[in-house]
Amino acid sequence: MDINHISKLARLGLSKEEKEKLKKDFSSILKFVDKLNEIKADKINPTSQTIGLENVVREDKGRAKSKNETEKLLKLSPETKDGYVKVKAIL
Amino acid sequence: MNLNKLTIKQAHQGLKKKDFSAIELTESFLDRIKKQNNSIHAYLTITEELALSQARIIDKKIANNEEINILSGIPLAVKDLIMVEGIKTTAGSKILENYIAPYDATIIKKLRKLGVVIIGKTNLDEFGMGGSGENSGYTPTKNPHDLERVPGGSSSGSAAAVADDQCVYSLGTDTGGSVRLPSSFCGVFGLKPTYGRVSRYGLIAFASSLDQIGPIAKTAEDVEIIFNAIKGKDELDSTSFNENKEIEDVNIKGLKIGVPKEYFVEGINPQVEEKVKKAISQYEKKGANLIEVNLPHTEFALPCYYIIMSAEASSNLARYDGVKYGFSAKENDILKSYLKTREQGFGDEVRRRIILGTYVLSSGYYDAYYLKAQKVRTLIKQDFDKVFEKVDVLMAPTSPTTAFKLGEKIDDPVSMYLSDIYTVSVNLAGMPAISIPCGDIDKLPVGLQIIGKQFDDEKIIKIAQDYNYEK
Repeated sequence: MDINHISKLARLGLSKEEKEKLKKDFSSILKFVDKLNEIKADKINPTSQTIGLENVVREDKGRAKSKNETEKLLKLSPETKDGYVKVKAIL
Repeated sequence: MNLNKLTIKQAHQGLKKKDFSAIELTESFLDRIKKQNNSIHAYLTITEELALSQARIIDKKIANNEEINILSGIPLAVKDLIMVEGIKTTAGSKILENYIAPYDATIIKKLRKLGVVIIGKTNLDEFGMGGSGENSGYTPTKNPHDLERVPGGSSSGSAAAVADDQCVYSLGTDTGGSVRLPSSFCGVFGLKPTYGRVSRYGLIAFASSLDQIGPIAKTAEDVEIIFNAIKGKDELDSTSFNENKEIEDVNIKGLKIGVPKEYFVEGINPQVEEKVKKAISQYEKKGANLIEVNLPHTEFALPCYYIIMSAEASSNLARYDGVKYGFSAKENDILKSYLKTREQGFGDEVRRRIILGTYVLSSGYYDAYYLKAQKVRTLIKQDFDKVFEKVDVLMAPTSPTTAFKLGEKIDDPVSMYLSDIYTVSVNLAGMPAISIPCGDIDKLPVGLQIIGKQFDDEKIIKIAQDYNYEK
């Protein structure tokens, strides 16, 4: 496993020591999950939902949040400006 | 009378007969929590003010001779993964250390309408990830039966609080065994409902195709009362649904009980096996027929679960980016800020699972791991479907061992994962299951697991009520 690549994909910073530890943990974890190679399942359909529900949709309609609701949400944000969540420049 | 030992039914009777008030009942639990929390650490937040205000309302109703619901005025504890508006909800993680829930989970809304008393938020393995409670981002919960031992996880505080009389009942969540395992280790009753029977709206997501909220209580009668109060379709959770089943009494005579061979093989503590088999034989004595059955893909359930659960977790936990809410590390550019926020905010096990989940979903590995696991999930579900053509329920141990010592497995993730060996298949297949105490070994409780067909939640609860506890 290329731990640097995966760490970047996951947006998860890891210290040097932790990378070493994870490499060790993963050799046993991957050995553990590789057990699935013992089964042939090419023709089996995958399951992602167990109770038979399919494509449950609702009306495509938004709802304006009340001032009280937006205030509560903004209060949870680490940084805000003029009623917006403030984010670092992306480009 | 020791108010802290009462079941829901008994406490309700006491309130109605005015043997004690809701305030007295609530205060007696608050006192107990304050006395015990420094040693057991079942609670992360004690909601004293909220609890007393809720109790006061019920006392007024009783004084006015108004009808009250069976849950009115009864103190409960809520796993800190479930949102209670205006109350800190940490998910057991440092990344949500100061997060105040902006709204109620649907089940909390339902319970509030019935006049319950919310006494506190309980400790857990961070985001529900763990089988021992030791992965709490705060302090590990201890097992009330032996403070050197773990209470099981991830609903560690919810089970310990019920076992230690620090609430009448509690709510937990179960992704791979997180209600049943701690119920088994703490000697209480815990239900993992059929997937979809209880709304997940307002539950902090961990692995969405597996997560389910379930009650933990002192009796199977109480489990029934709580389940009836929280179940049902919710417009805000598209995977929830209504199943309007009349709960009939189940006749044990002639009941076909399947005993899966694969749940009694090497790795199980022989004393646990003996206790569980003795409990099953009690049903046989009452006229049930025991049938040995096979669930041939059992040995693949854990690896299958670890791939699917980690994949879903890595996706669900992407939202903790330090921008919208939660802990935020200050860095000069946005990528660095993501990396640092998540490095510092998440604990070891959560990071391990995010990395595993990202890996199994990454380009070049998706088919070999994630898709393969979803196919194996089909085979595991088919095992249950086939067996349930022949039997009404399955009975098995909840865990291969009793509670282990703190620190015993923390450095060996795979050995920790093995504690879930008898519980994860049920989540992968979306079945209901209940863990009930069926004896103890050296004062440590043993759990019997009763697994039902999908949507047979009411039936397994009734069957659990027929068990007479014997040591």
